[in-house]
Amino acid sequence: MVMIETKAERMVINMGPHHPSMHGVLRLIVTLDGENVVDCEPVLGYLHRSMEKIAENRTIIQYLPYVTRWDYLATMFTEAITVNAPEKLANVPVPRRASYIRMIMLELSRIASHLLWLGTFVADIGAQTPFFYVFREREMIYDLFEAATGMRMMHNYFRIGGVAADLPYGWIEKCEDFCNYFTPVIDEYEKLITNNPIFRKRVEGLGTITRDEAINWGLSGPMLRGSGVKLDLRKVDHYELYDELDWDVQWDNGGDCLARYLVRVKEMRESTKMILQCLKQIPGGSFENLEAQRVLAGPKSEWTGMDYQFISKKPSPTFKVAAGEHYVRVEAPKGELGVYIIGEDSVFPWRFKIRPPGFINLQILPELVRGMKLADIMAILGSVDIIMGEVDR
Amino acid sequence: MYGGIDLQRSLIEVLSSLGLPTDVAKVIWMLLPMAVMVLGVTVGALACTWLERKISAAAQQRIGPEYAGPFGLLIPIADVAKLVIKQGTIPAKADALLYTIGPALVFTSIFLCYLVIPFGQNMIISDLGTGVFFVIAISSIAPIGLLMAGYSSNNKYSLLGGLRAAAQSISYEIPLALAVLAVALMTNGLSTIDIVNQQAEYGILSWNIWRQPIGFVIFIIAALAECERLPFDLPEAEEEIVAGYQTEYSGIRFAFFYGGSYANLLLAGLLASILYLGGWELPFPIDRVSDALGIEPNTAWWQVIAAFIGLTATLVKTYAFIFFAILLRWTVPRVRIDQLLDLGWKFLLPIGLANLLITAALKLTFPFAFGG
Repeated sequence: MVMIETKAERMVINMGPHHPSMHGVLRLIVTLDGENVVDCEPVLGYLHRSMEKIAENRTIIQYLPYVTRWDYLATMFTEAITVNAPEKLANVPVPRRASYIRMIMLELSRIASHLLWLGTFVADIGAQTPFFYVFREREMIYDLFEAATGMRMMHNYFRIGGVAADLPYGWIEKCEDFCNYFTPVIDEYEKLITNNPIFRKRVEGLGTITRDEAINWGLSGPMLRGSGVKLDLRKVDHYELYDELDWDVQWDNGGDCLARYLVRVKEMRESTKMILQCLKQIPGGSFENLEAQRVLAGPKSEWTGMDYQFISKKPSPTFKVAAGEHYVRVEAPKGELGVYIIGEDSVFPWRFKIRPPGFINLQILPELVRGMKLADIMAILGSVDIIMGEVDR
Repeated sequence: MYGGIDLQRSLIEVLSSLGLPTDVAKVIWMLLPMAVMVLGVTVGALACTWLERKISAAAQQRIGPEYAGPFGLLIPIADVAKLVIKQGTIPAKADALLYTIGPALVFTSIFLCYLVIPFGQNMIISDLGTGVFFVIAISSIAPIGLLMAGYSSNNKYSLLGGLRAAAQSISYEIPLALAVLAVALMTNGLSTIDIVNQQAEYGILSWNIWRQPIGFVIFIIAALAECERLPFDLPEAEEEIVAGYQTEYSGIRFAFFYGGSYANLLLAGLLASILYLGGWELPFPIDRVSDALGIEPNTAWWQVIAAFIGLTATLVKTYAFIFFAILLRWTVPRVRIDQLLDLGWKFLLPIGLANLLITAALKLTFPFAFGG
């Protein structure tokens, strides 16, 4: 018996680096069978700038302005890891006040990153409007950053042993205002997005990663927590003073794009809660208070003590990276951001290996999109949350 | 063409009195409503583009265009001027003929549909007996143009967009036709004029939306899909296939697509208002007004006023639909291709059939209310 065989020719389509939804310069070589994705191969390197090699020829202070260009949406984290690495290597103490300032900045930065992720993720699915809403709140965070650091995105704020400057007058109140304003705004987003039937249909059960897969692929951050692994480096590594705050790791069992969305939204709420706690607990309170106390109690009082400083000791431009090697990591919004540093008691690090979360999380993309529809590539890629500046470095 | 007055006859009489043969006068007359219609539709479509900008801006907490003319009203003109003087490139490996025919075909088929769209009792180019059937038939030509454009561009994104457009149009044409058929069943005719007149008796209460609520919903969904508006704008989904079949287009050819899509939206709005919202009828019979004011309904000046009121009523209803479509576009995400087809074939089609059956049954049972 003769069977009529219909065979459609496969189409190889080149998405990117200039495709509208490739989050910068990612390139995907997608093999399509009609609308179905047969295969997908990511091509990286269009934004490679030799960030690791540059680090080997710079002192830490010189290198700090470069690092905000890795993940340019969560800039505080890149600075934090760059100063944490030599700090831990040389055992530089960080004053409690400085640590609190750092935590506030990190959590604000996490909210800013998640906000922009939310905008692009929903835009990838086709709803353009939330993108403008998230920029409204993100601008407020950047205004806070500008007030404290002088820059909106490329702050150059963290220093070995603390931060570059204390918080300015009135900053703590402004930050508190923002936090109180922000929680209802998240409710507003959720009203608009979370239960929208079209959104639900597009992301529910899509790009599912099981718990084991997530661990085996080395995923981290919301990608891992969205698959039911309750791992957060802030709890695991006990860095800064996160243990002094009352907060929970946000996670979800779904493993799909919706779970990752929910985890990130919950993290924004949690971060707001943490910032409010930090603002209450920060040693010395607002800078106005600290200054007044210092004037009142004189130069020998406790207010000039170590706890109330914003930096332990101004780092010398020729700060030597101590001999030894060390891996340090922080919980960045995208996942585990780590640096493997090798020092040889010179002003330059001998090796400065960056472990970007986006790069590692991106690996699973071809696995997830195989067999899906063309439109699902964007939803899944959006839920992975990559920043090419960090993936390519 | 205007109001209850037979403008056609008066114009022909005037021209004949000037010494022109009656046949020539008729030809001149024929050109006039066409020119008015093409111009009117173009202006209406341009107004839609301005509304799109302004409403999306309002939804996104922006201001939108404001420097080009008052409230940015000149932006559509600037758009057209820019597109007209722009070089119209044809990709080296494209099929130049199909590439050019594509947009023209889309544009023409949409404008042809306006032949049977009434803006008032006599404000229609031609009151065909087949009315709405003509609209459905002619608007089915547009996807061929889209497919042509997508295929001839020799671009993979364009091809995907063209195929999506074809698949989408085919699947949503049928529910649309079924919804319209139910209305035609109640009217006992396909003529657009008859459909409106049938809704005229008791003002707002006799509008088809009350008798065809399911049909109205089906029509709205299918019309949005036919117009390729979000949540059904898959053929030009920017995040997925760049700009779909329009990817390679520029200049005047792109303007055809762009203008055509807004003219199509306007057409959908007009159809919605004619089929379900009583067309040019006010929420109360306009005769009541003339009775209350003590005016003879056949007075010439009253006829002119009534015609203008009717025209305004049509446009208000139409732009209400367009406002809804624009707001929807800037609120919801996009569906996926398989979900789109599922919705069309597995949901709207059965519901549409059921609606048609129910309408027929109701017509037999309650002939006074369902146009027996």
